Amino acid sequence: MASPTGAGAPGNGGGRSPEVTEPVRHRLGDRLFSGTATLAGILILVILAGVAIFLLTEGWPGLSAGGPEETPGASSFWSYVGPLLFGTVLAAAIALIIATPLAIGIALFISHYAPRRIAGSLGYLIDLLAAVPSVVYGLWGALYLAPKLQPIYDWLASNLSFIPFFAGPASPTGRTMLTAGIVLAIMVLPIITAISREVFLQTPKLHEEAALALGATRWEMIRMTVLPYGRSGVVSAAMLGLGRALGETLAVAMVLSPSLVYTFNLISSTNSSTIAANIALQFPEASGVQVNVLIATGLVLFVITFLVNYIARAVIARKRDFSGAG
Amino acid sequence: MTTTLQKDPSAPTEEPLDAKQLPRLVNWYVLGGAVVVGGVLNLLLGWNLAGCAVLALILYLVAIYVLARVVEGRRKATNRLMTGLVTTAFILALLPLVAVVWTVVDNGWGALSAEFFSSSMRNVVGEGGGIYHAIWGTIIITGLSTLISVPIGIMTGIYLVEYGSGALARQITFLVDVMTGIPSIVAGLFAYALFELFFGPGIRMGIGGAVALSLLMTPIIIRSTEEMLKLVPDELREASLALGVPKWRTIVKVVLPTAIAGIVTGITIGIARVIGETAPLLIIAGSTDSVNFNPFSEQMMTLPVFTYFSYKQPGVPPEFGIERAWGAALVLILIVLVLNLVARLVSYWFSPKVKS
Repeated sequence: MASPTGAGAPGNGGGRSPEVTEPVRHRLGDRLFSGTATLAGILILVILAGVAIFLLTEGWPGLSAGGPEETPGASSFWSYVGPLLFGTVLAAAIALIIATPLAIGIALFISHYAPRRIAGSLGYLIDLLAAVPSVVYGLWGALYLAPKLQPIYDWLASNLSFIPFFAGPASPTGRTMLTAGIVLAIMVLPIITAISREVFLQTPKLHEEAALALGATRWEMIRMTVLPYGRSGVVSAAMLGLGRALGETLAVAMVLSPSLVYTFNLISSTNSSTIAANIALQFPEASGVQVNVLIATGLVLFVITFLVNYIARAVIARKRDFSGAG
Repeated sequence: MTTTLQKDPSAPTEEPLDAKQLPRLVNWYVLGGAVVVGGVLNLLLGWNLAGCAVLALILYLVAIYVLARVVEGRRKATNRLMTGLVTTAFILALLPLVAVVWTVVDNGWGALSAEFFSSSMRNVVGEGGGIYHAIWGTIIITGLSTLISVPIGIMTGIYLVEYGSGALARQITFLVDVMTGIPSIVAGLFAYALFELFFGPGIRMGIGGAVALSLLMTPIIIRSTEEMLKLVPDELREASLALGVPKWRTIVKVVLPTAIAGIVTGITIGIARVIGETAPLLIIAGSTDSVNFNPFSEQMMTLPVFTYFSYKQPGVPPEFGIERAWGAALVLILIVLVLNLVARLVSYWFSPKVKS
């Protein structure tokens, strides 16, 4: 991807050449067209600011809400959003812990192990995972995956219950936080894989060949050249996956029957909810200040995911400048 | 790099050049052996298939490591082990894809019938009913959001590549990337907050869903348009400009037609991405049992929301609702797969054939 970007960069220079012939810039068509294009660009900034402003104005009354009517199960807004935030982070953490090592393996397989000719098609297969709608994952997770995992949860509860995560008693339906985390892991897998793969492929060929020429095996070559080179890319890929996992709604809303609790127990039938799932579950029946409360929780989610994505993109952008210069 | 270079020269001295090697096909022999052991356990002891597959895999990894360790030494053994692990990771990722598609086809196939496609859920209790209203809702809402996103997306892409320079363009490029990460439910809340200002609380209408979806779709279109316009050779632009063609006509008549295949592909991918979005439509488009062709009034059912509510509120007895949920999920997956296929074919057939 780097080379087309590099080749395209002079395009801006070539496109700007009409500055030399002054009259061209003053044609009505040109002014209209460039004006429209610029307006569209600015519109993007306006929309993004609009999202923040509208959520803030509509969520503002919710921030100071409290009591059984407005924030069911909690005394104030912050004690309402607390367990939700906890559940959101917990589910996303499970997803990342499962997905990141797998994604690195898959990316390595496609970039350095698979036969060159079929590597592209294999990458496409993984991308198809991202194409499946989240509601389908939710349905599959709740009706197919959860019953399949239930015996494993039983086993975990009876043999490993000294670990707080598996304290049990195991949920009889299998619809637990761990199941939700696994479904989320499947959903963020393609994102992390796609970006890691791209970074791994950018590893300078000379580094790889130098390592091989020194007698390194394939794995040693990868450990010495590909992984150090791709580290920051993989970190930001994982952060983009984190952003997706934090905001994912349906998979959690369909798999869990959540309540407002803090619990590290991943396999019982009492589970924390996530912000997004809570909005999806409550919003259709909400009215009055409840709506504002839900929008305020959405604002919290927006701020968190925005920050995570911002940092991840900033790391990628810096990496790209760096590799472009070198 | 320097540390590894210093450390490494000791390695070749451990292993002479004529070190023993395992036969070339040893991987397959060991894998075959592991599978046979797993199969025997499955048949004789009646262990379940998944358990035996996991066992065979672990057996393979251990056997190949030990074998290589004894014959070839530690470094080669680690290499073989990691090759096995990396390949396993890839196969592991294909499992959910196959499982999802197979489960949905298996469970949803029975629900598909002429009635399923031609009737709504109006006055339906228990058996029967269909997704007619949901299909129309999905078509109308996705169509409207495409109408909103495509002009904004393409014009922004043109701005970024052809006109933009300096801080503003850099900021927009960066924020478009960040925008792709907005959670879909936040997009729904934004649309709700926007429409509530004009129409009062509790507002539900199809156009709101379209606005929410276009918030998710626009960045995808911008990104693909941008990438495609960057691929257009500068010689084409320069030739056109040198002939005295105004810049805007150069873009419309030369640059865009060259890149159109890629742009259409991007739009198709964008549609495929948002057509399965549930959360924003749940918030702002609502749900109904009847057909509604008017996106500017009343609630509008869509396929993903239909799937969600068929699962959450299957009615009595529940099995008919669940079956409809699987059926709608199957239709949804088919639509998304077809859109992805169309995108691939468009970029394959219509992209300019450049000899490199």
